Amino acid sequence: MASQQHRVGDTPWIRRTLIASALILTMLMLVIPLVVIFAQALSSGWATFAENIGNEYTLHAIGLTLFVAALTVPLNLVFGTSLAWLVTRFRFPGRKLLITLIDIPFAVSPVVAGLLYLLLYGRNGWVGSWLTEYDIQLMFSWPGIVMVTVFVTCPFVARELIPLMQQQGTEEEEAGVVLGASGWRIFRRITLPNIKWALIYGVVLTNARAVGEFGAVSVVSGNIRGQTNTLPLHVELLYQDYNIVGAFASASLLAAIAILTLVAKAFVEWRQSRPEHPAPEKGGV
Amino acid sequence: MSITIDQISKNFDGFQALDEVSLDIPEGKLTALLGPSGSGKTTLLRIIAGLESSDGGRILFGDEDVSQLHVRDRNIGFVFQHYALFKHLTVAENIAFGLESLPRKQRPSKTEIQRRVDELLDMIQLPDVAKRYPTQLSGGQKQRVALARALATRPRILLLDEPFGALDAKVRKDLRRWLRALHDEFHFTSVFVTHDQEEALELSDQVVVMSQGQVEQVNEPASLYARPESRFVFDFLGQVNTLSGAVRGQKLSQADAWVSLPGIQAEGEAQLYLRPHEVQLDRSPASHAKLPLRIESISLIGSEVRIELTPEGWQSNEIWEVGMSHSEFARQNPARGERWYAIPDVGHLFLAGANHPRSVNWQYPSGISASNQ
Repeated sequence: MASQQHRVGDTPWIRRTLIASALILTMLMLVIPLVVIFAQALSSGWATFAENIGNEYTLHAIGLTLFVAALTVPLNLVFGTSLAWLVTRFRFPGRKLLITLIDIPFAVSPVVAGLLYLLLYGRNGWVGSWLTEYDIQLMFSWPGIVMVTVFVTCPFVARELIPLMQQQGTEEEEAGVVLGASGWRIFRRITLPNIKWALIYGVVLTNARAVGEFGAVSVVSGNIRGQTNTLPLHVELLYQDYNIVGAFASASLLAAIAILTLVAKAFVEWRQSRPEHPAPEKGGV
Repeated sequence: MSITIDQISKNFDGFQALDEVSLDIPEGKLTALLGPSGSGKTTLLRIIAGLESSDGGRILFGDEDVSQLHVRDRNIGFVFQHYALFKHLTVAENIAFGLESLPRKQRPSKTEIQRRVDELLDMIQLPDVAKRYPTQLSGGQKQRVALARALATRPRILLLDEPFGALDAKVRKDLRRWLRALHDEFHFTSVFVTHDQEEALELSDQVVVMSQGQVEQVNEPASLYARPESRFVFDFLGQVNTLSGAVRGQKLSQADAWVSLPGIQAEGEAQLYLRPHEVQLDRSPASHAKLPLRIESISLIGSEVRIELTPEGWQSNEIWEVGMSHSEFARQNPARGERWYAIPDVGHLFLAGANHPRSVNWQYPSGISASNQ
């Protein structure tokens, strides 16, 4: 619309340049690498790909990764929901501080987090040395991997829920309790339906991160093939072994999970933005 | 079920929201808690409900001390200002929620619940909205549904927190009338919070005026308006015209203005409060008062002509307001900018240091009352 007044700098020439550069950058930085992963993984044909995925160690890494995610997601689901409930439904000294502390895992480099866990829970660590007496080993085995993964991913659910629950307030829950509903009934019938989509969103993000976490896990896992090797660690090991096709085959699995995550995320965002109960139906029952 | 509030106190982080409030709320009556924001009225309502705990004191329903009883077990109905309907449940499910929350032994059967929901939908005159969701209703409809939900379990007591606060003027009036009719039919003990004087006086059987965490006055609406017991109640309930000055020789004067005070022996600083309908206007001063004023504006809309005036030759903190009947207005024909004199019929005098007023009546000099309320 030539007759319309342009905003400052909004000439067709600048607009085209901006759009073009954004597109080129997206292609170079995001799309091409993704395509390359699948291209490399399949470079020696489907048979080799299947063979690489079917490899004993790769299968174990897939299993361990899914196992860790399967433990991490429910743990953080409960943790995140309780935490969000606590800081949005109660007033107590230190509440603001607690909200800030939730972000520590985002602020701290995962490698540092891994090292801290190693220091605390390792064989010679403060807690670890005491546990060793009872013959409990956390580090360099799957419990350690789960612990650091839980740490790294614990903010996702809480961060999604806190703003939403703050905005929704407590009136509906108060109405529920006045009507005689038990705490569980209020949570299930009133709170949960209100936070459902934010919760799913948080779970999707938690899962993506739990599957893909490298730094913290690599510190505490010990990289024992067939025992403590998760999929991201396995990719690196294969690559160092000059098994490029194998590395990319495993990487393509992670990439596939990432794409699924994006689809799930887009769907949840779409559901969240949609009004739950649109326009009144025509005239009653 | 009557409610007894016995020396209830509540402190929020150093702010004294309620200061040893004691109050009796009679059974079967509609009581209004009226006050400006921050007066503690909503806090008191929430403490009665059990949604808030008190720092000290007791709440009794009838003879039963419920102070330690959980909200869940108090069997009250509560209506929130912003409806607080469960937005993921249909209207019918909202109304049935309380019944379905009852312990299994007391819970009515599914068909019984269904019957009760239909009955309540009829009562709120919305029989066709059962399957709708709250977002598909108007504000007035939502508040009716909220009321039906609160009444579903046949509570002993109905509490309403600014129930019409979020509605527009027209809907508010309709709903007010409807609630009054409903109350007259069922006679549940109800308490509602409002900051709207008109609403409190129109709707309730008893008004509790609150200020700064304390009860200022408890009265029936008519008595409350006619005989306010404190400056606060005076200021809060409707427009008031004031003359501040010094009393000497049974006369209150300030600069050019004065009013005779037959029968008042005291001397010193004082304030005279006059309601708009207790004052008339004339073109010349009367023998008992000289209050020169200039007409600032004239509002013709309404059952009475409302005239706003400013003092001439003396001071008042606020603009004066006087009501005049339309026929009187047509006869006298006052115009903006003219000087007129206020002629008080009845006044309320606050002497320095006194919290209660003394009435002064010029209209019937024989009946001059200097009652000491």
